[in-house]
Amino acid sequence: MNVGVVVFPGSNCDRDMFHVLTDVFNLNAQYFWHEKGLPNNIDAVILPGGFSYGDRLRAGVIAAHSPIIKDVQKMAEKGIPILGVCNGFQILVESGLLPGVLLKNNSLNFMCKWTNLVVENNSTPFTSQFKLNQKIPIPIANGEGRYFVDETTLKKLKKHNQIVFKYDKVVNGSSDRIAGVCNEDGNVVGMMPHPERAVESEINPIDNKPSSLIFESLLSTMGVKH
Amino acid sequence: MSLEPQEIVDLKSKIGREPTSTELQIVAAEWSEHCSYKSSKKHLKMLPMTGPLVISEKGYDSGVLDVGDGYVITAHIESHNHPSAVEPYGGAATGVGGVIRDILSAGTRPIAIFDGLRFGNIEKDPQARWLFKNAVTGIADYGNCLGIPTIGGEVEFDECYSNYALVDVAAVGFGKKENLIKNHANKGDLVVLMGGATGRDGIGGSQFASDSLESENRSAVQIPDPFIEKLIIEAILEARNHHLIKALKDLGGGGLSCALSETADTLGIGIEMDVDKVHTREPGMDPDEIMISESQERMLIITSKQKLKKLQEICKKFRIACSVIGHVTSGNLLHVKKGNKTFANISTEIVANAPLLDRTSKKPAYLETIQKEKKLRPISNFSKTMMALISSPNIASKIWVYGQYDHEVGIRTVVKPGQDASVLRLDNGKFLSVKIDGNPKHCYINPREGAIGCFEEACRNVVCTGARPIGMLDHLQFGNPENPEIFWTFLESLKGITDFAKYFKIPCIGGKVSLYNETPAGPIKPTPLIGVLGLIDKNSLISPKVEDEDCLIIIGDTKNELGGSEYYEYIHHFVGGNCPIVDFKESKRNMETVLHVIKKGIIKNAHDCSKGGLAVGAFELCMTNQIGCQISLDKVPGEKLDSDKILFSESHSRYLLVVEKKNFQKLETILQKNKVSYRMIGKFGGNKIQFNRGKKSLIDLSVDKAQKAWINSLRELVLNG
Repeated sequence: MNVGVVVFPGSNCDRDMFHVLTDVFNLNAQYFWHEKGLPNNIDAVILPGGFSYGDRLRAGVIAAHSPIIKDVQKMAEKGIPILGVCNGFQILVESGLLPGVLLKNNSLNFMCKWTNLVVENNSTPFTSQFKLNQKIPIPIANGEGRYFVDETTLKKLKKHNQIVFKYDKVVNGSSDRIAGVCNEDGNVVGMMPHPERAVESEINPIDNKPSSLIFESLLSTMGVKH
Repeated sequence: MSLEPQEIVDLKSKIGREPTSTELQIVAAEWSEHCSYKSSKKHLKMLPMTGPLVISEKGYDSGVLDVGDGYVITAHIESHNHPSAVEPYGGAATGVGGVIRDILSAGTRPIAIFDGLRFGNIEKDPQARWLFKNAVTGIADYGNCLGIPTIGGEVEFDECYSNYALVDVAAVGFGKKENLIKNHANKGDLVVLMGGATGRDGIGGSQFASDSLESENRSAVQIPDPFIEKLIIEAILEARNHHLIKALKDLGGGGLSCALSETADTLGIGIEMDVDKVHTREPGMDPDEIMISESQERMLIITSKQKLKKLQEICKKFRIACSVIGHVTSGNLLHVKKGNKTFANISTEIVANAPLLDRTSKKPAYLETIQKEKKLRPISNFSKTMMALISSPNIASKIWVYGQYDHEVGIRTVVKPGQDASVLRLDNGKFLSVKIDGNPKHCYINPREGAIGCFEEACRNVVCTGARPIGMLDHLQFGNPENPEIFWTFLESLKGITDFAKYFKIPCIGGKVSLYNETPAGPIKPTPLIGVLGLIDKNSLISPKVEDEDCLIIIGDTKNELGGSEYYEYIHHFVGGNCPIVDFKESKRNMETVLHVIKKGIIKNAHDCSKGGLAVGAFELCMTNQIGCQISLDKVPGEKLDSDKILFSESHSRYLLVVEKKNFQKLETILQKNKVSYRMIGKFGGNKIQFNRGKKSLIDLSVDKAQKAWINSLRELVLNG
């Protein structure tokens, strides 16, 4: 299967994601520069982290107007799995593919630390291999990572099972401790923590197996045996 | 403009005519202390700079080490002290930017940043707090945006930095040996300026940095833009992959003047350029301003006519400006024109080689008496003293700092910040361990032994991760070199570092000298900073959790060496006493032994004893592993000393090892064979950290209480004063 990794000016986790997809999970991955279109033979799209356009105006807001986002939207409508990590999540939110906004962390500082996620929805293409409430040790690294939705939207998210990951305790002041959400169809997932930084035991001081299930879920969704 | 009258006379006699105004500006920038090293250059030659792994190429701003399998690492260190003291956010951020471009200049991708920060007393001084907070944010915002992890460093506070700041940034790059840029150029090649527009910021920055900081000179401080820097990195690496770059140089201190004259001088070429071709931030800049502006995020590339188009395409892809500003000529002249009019036409050999100085030196008077010991009030409650020390700004955990740095991006960080040294994995299966260390309190009391101590401490930290030191970076920071007493301390430190480097065969692969670090209140304490790079072949030391029944062993003798210690200075407010002295033979024996037992997998963990001595070292082990320990001072090897001295002496060459009970015998056999001074001094277990002497309990604290204070106190101090 082919996974497209979208690269914006200022993306900086694109190479890490590419390494994990190809070297750890033996997938075919391909970079797509933001000005290019996405071909039809792409089976999944990942928007990696970074500082697209230097986070000017607001994280992700300029990249959300890149030409490639139109293709991402089309693919989202077709039900193709799409994952946004960190800045990728911010871009998906800014482009309207996911609900909510990402605000500055409560500490008003950039935060780089290991957190624990709790899986709230195990029916997305990126979480199908998890048990509900399973914990994932995983690092965050962001300045604008506080997911926020108003009460009405929060109710809607709950109703449609759109909350995918929560932190096990308050990390940055996000609504309902949310760390990741999906669209109503469940094929577009955004998350602030970085799974690509947690799947190799050499650099994961806690346990690399849970976060690996994010990629193994994608493989299983696509019917690929790992 | 800061040329001395004698220098103007020299210049005139060398060129045989009156210099033009632009020539004067160019020469003043390049002959500044900051760019020319005119006070230090003669002496820096004493450092050993070669070794089996060192790769020397002309025109590099960073050192290169061969790490095998066709790969190299590059490393460099810089400071941005003057700008950071005026505008800490921008000063610190542009400090990161500069050193990153030095790494990029060799054609390697920057993979890690380290920062050494020094400020005044943040407990009392709100200005120091403001400088600290903003310098950290500046580094974080810049490094994070670039996607280069900031994985290590140190922070220290001392009254001598009041109203001032030392912001040192080191960076490491990694790449394939075959991709190194081999700087060369031929007549007719094109000179291209790529990156940010040239503006009126940083005008005369290098001269500003070559004088004492007396008045605020904001126009000399540069403005950071990490987004452009990130685009430059990707564009340069893409251009490198397409072999479009014949020579590459970062624009740093002295701007175009220095980059052009140094490149031309190194490559033995001339350059003719037109200032009208330089893309500027605002119209109406005169040639002098364009030549000495230190606007950031700019790179100078020499390429051939055939390859220009492809280079322009890459720049267009990343939407960064690139201007052909001139071409390579034969001869060695830097010819600066504006349209048809000549503004400068001067030998680059003259510009790039400032007349070097012979500064006089004299041993400072204060050193005659500083090592005298003083009778100090006895400690009535060691637990209380211990709590005060672990909450003190110099010893408290720096998690508030490194928690703001993305230290995971790049997915190489095996040992994260907060440990002895940080460890990165490399593409050839090896691991790189890096640490920077300074200790101005020791260096003030004994500039030579203090500097050696910094070097040994950095080595110890790297050794604790199982890495063998393979290279060193030095950053020598002192006050005004025109003062013979200050110049003496510079020379002493340099000689000490040289002796250690030669004895241990650790080549100096790069460095920096920063002088004139003074405020109206006086000079800073001598602050040499040493960065050590170590290599681990294959298996890295993954420290398993320390568990009940594990044993604590100390290696190395504890001596009556508390001069410049945190205990003397923070607890007793006493500056003086015996500075710790490294015994080279003992140091080597201990280092080799620790490396050996790590390699053999006999020990679980190794940690060095440094600031705060044995007591703080043992506390750090307990707090990071969340486990108690019962330690007996009776068994600590070394001189017979009072309890406070055993606890807090900062003698070098000491390591704390954690070993499983079942492996102790094996460890002991090796330690005895190597004739290492050692004792088992404690046992882990429970949730209390206890130090006893005889039957007397000296320290008895719960791990939780200690850990809470250690982790939170710095943040509390920054946020709430």
